[in-house]
Amino acid sequence: MPPVLAARGLEKRYRRVQALAGVDLEVAPGQLVGLLGPNGAGKSTLVKIACGLVRATGGTVEVAGAPAGSVQARRALGYLAELFRFPAWMSADEVLTLHQRLTGATGGEAERVELLELVGLPDARRTRVAAMSKGMQQRLGIAQALVGGPPLLLLDEPTSALDPAGRRVVRGLLEQLRERGTSVLLNSHLLSEVELVCDHVVIVDRGRVVAAGTPAELRREGGVEVETANGTRRFADARRADVPRLVRELVAAGEDVYEVRVVTSTLEEAYLEVVEE
Amino acid sequence: MIAIVLYGLRESVRRKMFAVVVVLTVAFLALYAWGVHAAFRDTRSFVGPGENQLDPDVLAGAIVEGLAMFATLFLGAVLSVFLTLNVVRGDAEAGLLQPLVVRPVGRARLLLARFAGAAGVAALYVLVVYFATVGITHWAGGWSPDRLIAPGIELAAAVVVVSALALAGSVFFSPIANGIGTLMVFGGGLLAGLLGEIGRAIHSQRLQSIAHGAWWAFPFDALYEDALHRLTVDTTGFAEFVLTLGPFGGSHQAGTPLIVWSAIYLGLVGAAALVAFSVRDL
Repeated sequence: MPPVLAARGLEKRYRRVQALAGVDLEVAPGQLVGLLGPNGAGKSTLVKIACGLVRATGGTVEVAGAPAGSVQARRALGYLAELFRFPAWMSADEVLTLHQRLTGATGGEAERVELLELVGLPDARRTRVAAMSKGMQQRLGIAQALVGGPPLLLLDEPTSALDPAGRRVVRGLLEQLRERGTSVLLNSHLLSEVELVCDHVVIVDRGRVVAAGTPAELRREGGVEVETANGTRRFADARRADVPRLVRELVAAGEDVYEVRVVTSTLEEAYLEVVEE
Repeated sequence: MIAIVLYGLRESVRRKMFAVVVVLTVAFLALYAWGVHAAFRDTRSFVGPGENQLDPDVLAGAIVEGLAMFATLFLGAVLSVFLTLNVVRGDAEAGLLQPLVVRPVGRARLLLARFAGAAGVAALYVLVVYFATVGITHWAGGWSPDRLIAPGIELAAAVVVVSALALAGSVFFSPIANGIGTLMVFGGGLLAGLLGEIGRAIHSQRLQSIAHGAWWAFPFDALYEDALHRLTVDTTGFAEFVLTLGPFGGSHQAGTPLIVWSAIYLGLVGAAALVAFSVRDL
């Protein structure tokens, strides 16, 4: 199946600053892709180009087969900006109604109720944005992005203002979306969150993709630890494939082996290793 | 598109902007009624009817209605500027614009809808206040403009031009800079009209040229002066001369080319705003 989002050789220059320097990225249908990178790496710029908010200076981006920014492309996506606000005088229901009208969504009240329940705001229909906490507004923002059931969701730091319980709600929501077949590009600084929910991770630094793969692929094996009667023995250069040989050698040497652990780095360690190179 | 127009209108209503405008406008109209009543009474006391070919009711009526038109134009311009000054850059900086722009409505339709909402409100406001002042003037002194409808429409059109300038400015400037800039342009246009009036009085060709150039650069002043002209277009004699001096910029016939140019100008300002907005990174 063709990708829902495909960026090829994407470049963006803001006067003297090269924000993106030839980024290639794909999001397959139903795939949850995490976009990682330090501040100023170009992640938000990439997302904004995909939404049509920012014009690329080179390369192409297609959303559901249509050029990014076109009406067809915008019909196929939902977007939650990193910095966004809804008018303080609007209620949650009014915000969703406005976005239903703008997208031409026909779900009506039933869709609005469902979306607010989905993001954990079932009782906030009549609550004005002015009376909402930042976390509630962020959940409403996610509900807004889901109006009309777009096949692609672009979420720029969707959990930055959420408490741990709110983050768990969003994680659950992302997993539900994956089950429904919705593709998600998740731009987040929370590596643990990305590690938990994403199928694929792309790490961007200085406008370039510096690493990409599944979370498991990005995590590095960091040796093998063996619990023996004489204590823990570390084999720093060993890999998973070396375990049978190591155990054989230790047993042959008269050691009693109680446990073997293949040590892998976390995504965070892998990330730091890549961006600090 | 209608959703965006309604969004803009409801934003104005919910932010209590209309409540403030309505209260202040009622206060203005009440003061106007008081003042115009006194103006008719006092003018009759120093110019007897028919003396020196100067009808006191025409004199008082045309002058106070002209003043009311200036006030109406000013209030309408302020309202239109405040409705449009933050439409693009201000709303983008606040994070209000992005959720709307990513929707499949198109930037051009979004901008046109915001313009239609703001300009529509400002134009309606000007028409309501204009006809209210005409009614008050008629009630107080029995005087009515020689042309009733056209001056109101021209006044409303002048405010629509100001709205377009503020909207275009919102693409480039932050709200405060845009608001200050648009009101300065508005004031500059009216000042140029006043300079033209002085130029005609002292026979200065240069001042008249400046005023004429300003008419083409900022046609809201031309529309305003043409509206003033139509108030007393059938008045003749000494009264005509006195009234030509007019309040705050005088009354002069703009002529068809300038009125047509106003419509073209509106289109050009709108097109410039659309082009700039369509390429702007948000």
